[in-house]
Amino acid sequence: MTKTVTDVICPFCGTLCDDIEVVLSDDGKKILEVVNACAIGAQKFHHAMAEDRPKKPRMKQPDGTYKEVSYDEAVEYTAQMLANAKKPLLYGWSSTSCEADSIGNEITELCGGCVDNTAAVCHGTTLIALQDVGVPSCTLGEVRNRADRIIYWGCNPAHAHPRHMSRYSIFPRGFFTGKGSQSRKVIVVDPRVTDTAKLADYHYQVEQGRDYELLQAFRTALKGEWLPDTVAGIPKEKIYEGAEVMKSGRFGIIFFGMGVTQSLSKNHNIDAAICLTKELNTYTKFTIMPMRGHYNVTGHGEVLGWQYGFPYSVDISRGYARYNPGDTSTIDLLLRGEVDAFFSIATDPGAHFPIDAVRRISELPSVAVDPFITPTTEVSKLHVPVAFVGIEVGGNAYRMDNVPIDCRKVIDPPEGVLTDEQFLERVLKRIRELKGVK
Amino acid sequence: MTEYLIKNGFVFDPVLKLKGEKADVAIRDGKIVETTEVKKPKVIDASGMTVMAGGVEIHAHIAGPKVNSGRIFRPEDKLFNTVPVKKNMRAQGGFSIPTTYKTGYAYAQLGYTTAMEAAMPPLFARHVHEEMRDTPILDEGAYPVFGNNWFVLEYIKNREVENTAAYIAWLLRATKGYAVKSVNPGGTEAWGWGLNCLQVNDPVPYFDVTPDEITRGLIEANEYLGLPHSLHIHGNNLGNPGNYTTTLDTLKAASGQKAKNKFGRETILHHTHVQFHSYGGDKWANFESKAREIIDYINKHKNITADVGFVTLDETTTMTADGPFEYHLSQLNHLKWVNADVELETAAGVVPYVYSPDIFVCGVQWAIGLEIALLAKDPMRVFISTDHPNAGPFTRYPRILKWLMSAKAREEQIKAFKQSDKVVNSSEIAGIDRELDLYEVAAMTRAGPAKCLGLSHLYGSLKPGVDGDVAVYDFNPEKEHTPDQIEKAFSSVKYLFKRGEKIIDNHEIVSHGNKRTLWVDVKVNENLQVMRDIQEKFMKYYTVTLGNYEVHGRHFIPNPFALEVDATR
Repeated sequence: MTKTVTDVICPFCGTLCDDIEVVLSDDGKKILEVVNACAIGAQKFHHAMAEDRPKKPRMKQPDGTYKEVSYDEAVEYTAQMLANAKKPLLYGWSSTSCEADSIGNEITELCGGCVDNTAAVCHGTTLIALQDVGVPSCTLGEVRNRADRIIYWGCNPAHAHPRHMSRYSIFPRGFFTGKGSQSRKVIVVDPRVTDTAKLADYHYQVEQGRDYELLQAFRTALKGEWLPDTVAGIPKEKIYEGAEVMKSGRFGIIFFGMGVTQSLSKNHNIDAAICLTKELNTYTKFTIMPMRGHYNVTGHGEVLGWQYGFPYSVDISRGYARYNPGDTSTIDLLLRGEVDAFFSIATDPGAHFPIDAVRRISELPSVAVDPFITPTTEVSKLHVPVAFVGIEVGGNAYRMDNVPIDCRKVIDPPEGVLTDEQFLERVLKRIRELKGVK
Repeated sequence: MTEYLIKNGFVFDPVLKLKGEKADVAIRDGKIVETTEVKKPKVIDASGMTVMAGGVEIHAHIAGPKVNSGRIFRPEDKLFNTVPVKKNMRAQGGFSIPTTYKTGYAYAQLGYTTAMEAAMPPLFARHVHEEMRDTPILDEGAYPVFGNNWFVLEYIKNREVENTAAYIAWLLRATKGYAVKSVNPGGTEAWGWGLNCLQVNDPVPYFDVTPDEITRGLIEANEYLGLPHSLHIHGNNLGNPGNYTTTLDTLKAASGQKAKNKFGRETILHHTHVQFHSYGGDKWANFESKAREIIDYINKHKNITADVGFVTLDETTTMTADGPFEYHLSQLNHLKWVNADVELETAAGVVPYVYSPDIFVCGVQWAIGLEIALLAKDPMRVFISTDHPNAGPFTRYPRILKWLMSAKAREEQIKAFKQSDKVVNSSEIAGIDRELDLYEVAAMTRAGPAKCLGLSHLYGSLKPGVDGDVAVYDFNPEKEHTPDQIEKAFSSVKYLFKRGEKIIDNHEIVSHGNKRTLWVDVKVNENLQVMRDIQEKFMKYYTVTLGNYEVHGRHFIPNPFALEVDATR
């Protein structure tokens, strides 16, 4: 008999769907079917079954080839590298559990390093903006049960967060929203005609990089003040109309993504979006939420928050935490050549960082911890394969609205493969020995 | 385990009625024992020092989503106060919203060994527990919020006390919560639509139940279950001029009712941070103290307890599940505003605030807090708190003790106000010459809160049999002290023991202890209707499944301690 595991949490995006059902083979060792997940999520589960998955740490040899080594050797290399470095950088942490994140922070503190997560290249600007002006937000269930105005700005959930619209925003029938999508008006702001934009009642095809102007124009329109004929390529009539749509709702929300966080103006875009939301609260109820990418990038920010008081790009090289994005953020540290060891876990900077930063990683003593072979593992000196968090081991993760959900273990990891937590625990223990700390 | 004998200290303990008599305190196997029961103890010479039980914090926001929002959105709160890694200690930072490690260390340094997180949004219970796990030394519990929970609103509207009680029992278990908390009952649900319930008879939109009915319903359910702590309420209309009448209306919900429980608790309603609820006037210009009206009512009604919420005149970070209040505050001071509404349950807001001694209203708020404590007749029912960090950080407790124990210190502060005449005219503080003694302080910070929490069998005294939580302060009560010497002495304990383990030795932290998470495990009769309602709401309205709601596992609660209650009938 096959066995079905219910209430499984999908370890892909910040939507953190927790209604996945996974059908296992008779012996409980193979994933046969994944129900309820989106195409990307389902693929995550099936990927864990990949035959070619490395099961032992791999050390790069002088000729560029890899040699399998034991976990003991991997722990030793990692501990020596971190303990001997003057200023190691530990980056990633966004696709693993909060428990692993916590151990990583302790290692950073012990070694006087820097710790950073993927917000540095994603929603870090959002975090800077909320440090400037705050953020009126809510949980996704509030959107489901109350919202009748949905705005997606600079994001494309149809492809990046595929179940977001059906679980939380446009389509679900909630307590006060019994008519589902019929009770809602949807605004999408995007320079492209995306699949999300096609679902919108109002699509504002903003000129690329002009989001800031459009946001400020909406704030102006709210007050009924004068606007030029077009702003950011949008005729003023459309802007006044959009402002009226927002004001006339009972409960509204702005979801925003990388289209505004990493385009021209960066955090200033988000400042303006948050101020727009605040001002809308003088007319009705309005909220705003970042569409966080990695399923637990929010979680690492929270752990850093309660342990050090800052959500990302934390420099503990002096024994206490300092935070100054642009100075203490990963890419800047790499490009300035300020760090002498690089440890990456649960993310793939090799695929996403500027080439100069990736080149810098390849020159440093470096360790990449990841269940699979990725561009990062290929530029690192040591690749440590680990169990897949959320599939082969449980652990806590935070959804994009900061709701913590405890991921479930569905199957065992391949024999002999350590989890992130086990590997980090062993590294921490060894570093304590090397440093003579109890 | 090592035995300890703390010799020759001046002991203050309201339970043992010790008012500074010289006595020895013995600890064995984590508990206080008779001095004859220790064989080869390590002796701590406490001569010339003050000895008390470990402090018990009844109301502070120290762990969870809104606290962390405060930390994350206020990098400026870490300026000039970070402490690097030390032997036995992790890195620390933060003033009004310290990191979890600093929270644990700082409470210990003040002589506190137990603290309660005052508001846990049930959906975020895991977050609260993760932070408590990372807060060393202290035994901690958290109060889940019920006052705006849809289940509760519906059951109370239908007057179904058994169902309210069964739901409370279920939620305490699911969240590993300690007590029933209610914040701005009904008003926070109204905030879902940008509205509020300012008075106790304002109906909640859609749910058509009033704050007064919610409060009475929760008291009834709390006593039906016989929980260790009473209902813990933050009433409606917080922070507004003239709100003292609303507070009196809230307190009236307790009239004529008696406590029913096996934990030695005699009260049925705890009103928290009453300082924020004791305001007269009808606008900021004629703002005035109504502390006497509120404390007179509390003095007369023996089934009510309160904590004060002293304003410490600092720059701080306000945070509460009273969502509409925080919005209102941000409109008032125009500083940054975090809001976080939680589906079916509650909301929260966070706004920085500066209690400036130059501002008349802040001066009166300062006076109100002190008036409440100084006019209180029963220190076992009025407790010291700053509603950390709302009226100020808990690290200012020594300064509050200075103000409470020295009329001269209060006089100096009044003189230092920019508008001291206005403050004096709008309050009674200048006319009060009472100075609290350490016996009263021990009641307000230890014995009283422990009793009100139903925890006097563990904490709050030095009676043989309770936990070995002992604080030794380098303070000789027989000598004369300047106000600043009082503040200094209570800022850093000389020795601290937690469950028999030495945590602080000669002012230095030497151990993280072995902290516990307190929660209340209530058994009730099987209630099929409530279970059906829970399943329905999770199916239709929650965005997490029922199977993913309950907090369990050692990664959240490594060391749980359940207080068991049998409410089956």
